[in-house]
Amino acid sequence: MLTIDAAILDAIVKHARRDHPDEACGVVAGPAGSDTPTRHIPMDNAARSMTFYQFDSMEQLRVWREMDDADEEPVVIYHSHTATEAAPSRTDVNLAAEPGAHYLLVSTREPDTTEVRSFRIVDGAVTEEPVTVVNGDVDQHAVQSYLFGQSPTTVDYECRADS
Amino acid sequence: MAIEVRIPTILRTYTGGAKVVEGSGDTIAALLVDLDSKHNGLRDRLITAEGGLHRFVNVYINDEDVRFLGALDAKLNDGDSVTILPAVAGGAFAFAAAHALRG
Repeated sequence: MLTIDAAILDAIVKHARRDHPDEACGVVAGPAGSDTPTRHIPMDNAARSMTFYQFDSMEQLRVWREMDDADEEPVVIYHSHTATEAAPSRTDVNLAAEPGAHYLLVSTREPDTTEVRSFRIVDGAVTEEPVTVVNGDVDQHAVQSYLFGQSPTTVDYECRADS
Repeated sequence: MAIEVRIPTILRTYTGGAKVVEGSGDTIAALLVDLDSKHNGLRDRLITAEGGLHRFVNVYINDEDVRFLGALDAKLNDGDSVTILPAVAGGAFAFAAAHALRG
């Protein structure tokens, strides 16, 4: 289960929309062991690709050191898919190297709605999890979570993209 | 020659959970061999079958990415700090990564 503040989720969606059609990527740091994302850090996609993302190695070093100094960890690692569903690709699964993180996928393939889904990826095993949005002053059902996983092209979250 | 090596979460299974370990070597290649002698299996996670540094692992000496210092041949001095971080990467299509992996 991922619990995330509405303002942070909104910032992530806006970031994905801004970078569309390139994939957007970033981190939400939180106090170590808290499982609470508190600090949104949009990262540069060094690959600048519509189908691939990679953190710039020096930026990643800086951010990881900052988190370490602040006793934080990457609670959420997010990226967007700009033409496919918001679910981890085989590449995503193979390269996932933070077993404690929630891997948040955002799909900007539709102009009017944004799909947001969250997954745990541990030792190559992917498990979808629900997303609970807190402190939202808008429709609490704007982001709906589901746990099927088998038919990802059906029921999705609907986040109004007001970019 | 004491090199401080910072280990990412995912590789701490090889170091008994330790976040920082000590190693020695004149180059990154030598350091990794030394580390592997104490933490067996660690080196194989960082070096490909062809013998090069894995495309999606970042290794830094102090504040520099070793890719710009000669990769495995990058020189180490006593007191240097080495940081290992798995690259955060991925994306919609696998072939894009396969292309990148060849680099």
